[in-house]
Amino acid sequence: MRVVANVLVDGLAYGMVLFVIAAGLSVTLGLMRFVNLSHGAFAMIGGYGAVVLTRDARCSFWLAMLAASTATGVVGAVLEALVLRHLYRRGELDQVLFTLGLTFFLIATTNALAGPQVQLIELPPRLAQPVDLGFRTLPAQRLLVLACGVVVALATAWVVTRARFGIWLRAAVDHPEMAAALGIPIRLVQNASFAVGAALAGLGGILGAELMPLEPYYALKYLVLVLVVVSVGGMGSLLGSLVASLMLGIVETASKYVASEWGSLFFFLAMALLLAWRPNGLLRPRAAA
Amino acid sequence: MAAERLASTEGGGMTVEIHARASRCAPPWRGSAVVLTIGLVAWWLLPDQMGLYTRIAYTALFVVSLDLVVGVAGMPTLGHAAMFGLGAYAAGLFALRVHADPTTGLLVGTVAGAAMAAASGAFVLRYRGFTFLMLTIAVAQIAASLLIRGRAWTGGDDGLTGFAPAPLFRLFAFDLEGRTAALYGLGALVIGLYVARRVVDSPFGLAVRGIHENRARMAALGIPVIPRLLAMYALAGGLAGAAGAISAQTNSIVGIDSLSFSWSAEALVMLILGGAGRLHGAIVGAIAFTVLHHTASSINPYHWLFVIGGALMLVVLFPPKRLWIRLRDRFRPFGSGARTSTSEAR
Repeated sequence: MRVVANVLVDGLAYGMVLFVIAAGLSVTLGLMRFVNLSHGAFAMIGGYGAVVLTRDARCSFWLAMLAASTATGVVGAVLEALVLRHLYRRGELDQVLFTLGLTFFLIATTNALAGPQVQLIELPPRLAQPVDLGFRTLPAQRLLVLACGVVVALATAWVVTRARFGIWLRAAVDHPEMAAALGIPIRLVQNASFAVGAALAGLGGILGAELMPLEPYYALKYLVLVLVVVSVGGMGSLLGSLVASLMLGIVETASKYVASEWGSLFFFLAMALLLAWRPNGLLRPRAAA
Repeated sequence: MAAERLASTEGGGMTVEIHARASRCAPPWRGSAVVLTIGLVAWWLLPDQMGLYTRIAYTALFVVSLDLVVGVAGMPTLGHAAMFGLGAYAAGLFALRVHADPTTGLLVGTVAGAAMAAASGAFVLRYRGFTFLMLTIAVAQIAASLLIRGRAWTGGDDGLTGFAPAPLFRLFAFDLEGRTAALYGLGALVIGLYVARRVVDSPFGLAVRGIHENRARMAALGIPVIPRLLAMYALAGGLAGAAGAISAQTNSIVGIDSLSFSWSAEALVMLILGGAGRLHGAIVGAIAFTVLHHTASSINPYHWLFVIGGALMLVVLFPPKRLWIRLRDRFRPFGSGARTSTSEAR
C-alpha cells in the first residue's frame, strides 16, 4: 500500500512535468500542424536559464523561474518570427529536418557555453525542505510541480476552449485566409501561441530539473518522451495530453520502483498499447480518423 | 496530416514515372557496377582510411534499406535501427556462441533483421502517418530495453564483445588494417544494392510504389495492401540486419546504441540529404554524412553537432534541388527547364 501511494505521488509529479513541457508541443503539432522537434531544446533553454540566474546571478528562485520561462518564450517568438514561420507551408519532413538541426545546434551551443556536466538549479530553503504527507516525506519542490501542473492545465484548457484568443487560434488554423479576412491578426496569434508553448516548455524544464537532469543532450533525450505524450494524448488535445502524461508518468515511476532492471520497457509498452488502442488520441473515438 | 501527405504525393506522380522509365532503360546492375568500380578505386587509393571505408559501406547498406521503407513504400520511420541492431546482436552472438564464419553470421543477421521487421511490422503496419512513426520508435526502444535486460547474453550496457570473425570464405583473414573488412563491406553493399534495385523494379516493387502514391486506388485494383507492405518491410529489415551484422563483425563489438533513436534519426537525415526513393541517393547521403561526421568529430565531438545542425538547417532553407533548378534556369532560360521547375520545386 505504501509503495502504491509512493508511486502515485512521484508518478503524478513526473507526469505533471511531462504535461507542462508537452502542452506547447501539443498546440504547435496538433493545432498549428508544425512538427517542432526543437521543443525539447526550449525546455533545456528554460532550465539552463534558471541555473544561470539562481547560481551565477544569485537571483531568487521565483524570480528566476519567471524570468527564465519568459526568456524562453521570447526566444521562441523570435525564432518563429524570423525562420520557423516560413516552414509552416513546407512538408513535414522539412520541418523535422530543420528543427532537428536546430536542436543539434542548440546542444552544441549549450555544451560550448556550459560544459557537458549536469547542472543543478539552486532551490530556496523553503522548497528544498521535506514536507510530511503522513505516509512519507516529500520535497516541497514536488508539491510546487503538482500545483504548477494543475494551474497550467486549467489555464491552457480555459484559453483554448473559452477565451477569445483560443477561438482566434482555432480559426487561424482551420481557415487562415478567412480568419484574416475577418480581421483576426493571424501572425500575432501564431507567434503568441508559439511563444507561450515555448515558455511553458521552459517552465517544464525548470520544474523538472530534479527528475530530468539538465545536460546538453537533454534536448534530444527527453524529446522522445514528450513526443510520446503528445501522440498518445492525441495531437491538439490538451486534456488528452494531460491524461496521457499522468498515465505514462505513473507507469514510468512504477516500473522504476518495482522493476528497474527492465529500463524503460514498460513505458514504451504502455505507449504502444495505448496507441494501438486509440491511434488518434486517448480521448478520441477510433472512427474519427 | 497523413491525408495531406497522401494528397501531395499524387502531384509528385510524374517524377516517379520518369524514374521508372529511366530505370527500365538502364540495366539493374548499373548502380551496383558503379558503386563497385568507385569502391575498388577508393580502396586502392586510400589504404589508410579502411575503418572509415567499412563504416561507410555498412551505413550505406542501412540507408538503402531505409530507403525501401521511407522512399519506396512511403512510410517515414524512426525505428529502423531496431533491425540494424538486432542483426548486429544476432551476428555477434552467433560468432561468440556457435561459429565464427562471417558469411554464415551475415546470413544469421539478415534473417534476424527480417524476422524482427516481419514480427513488428505485422503490428505497426496497421497504423499510418504519425502513429506509425511513434510506434516504430516504441518497437526500437522495447527491443533495446529487452537487450539491456538480457545482460547475461548481450552484455547489457557494456555491449557485446569477445568475438572475432574467422577468415572470409576460409581464405582471407580479417587483418588489422581492415582491408579485408572493407572489401567485405563493399561486396555486401553491392549485392544489397542489386537486390534492392531488382525488387524496386519488379512487379512487386511497382505495387508497393503504387501503394505509396495512392493506397485506396491500389486496394481497389485488388492489391493486398498490408501484405505487400509487410513483405517490403521484412525485406528492408533483412538488408538492415545484414548491415548490422557487418558492423558487428568488422568492429568486433555491438553496443546498445546500434538500436538507438539517434541512429535511426541519423539514417533518416542521410536519406533525405541524398534524396529519398532512388536508392543511389541513399548511398550519396551516407557517404557525405559519414565523411562529414568523421572529419568534424575528429576535431571535437561537439563540433560535429554544430556542423550537422547547421547543415540540416541550410539544406531546408536553401534546398539543393531548388538551387540547382534556379541555376539551370538562369543559364538556359528556354526549353524544358521551366516545366520541371514547377513540377519539382513544389
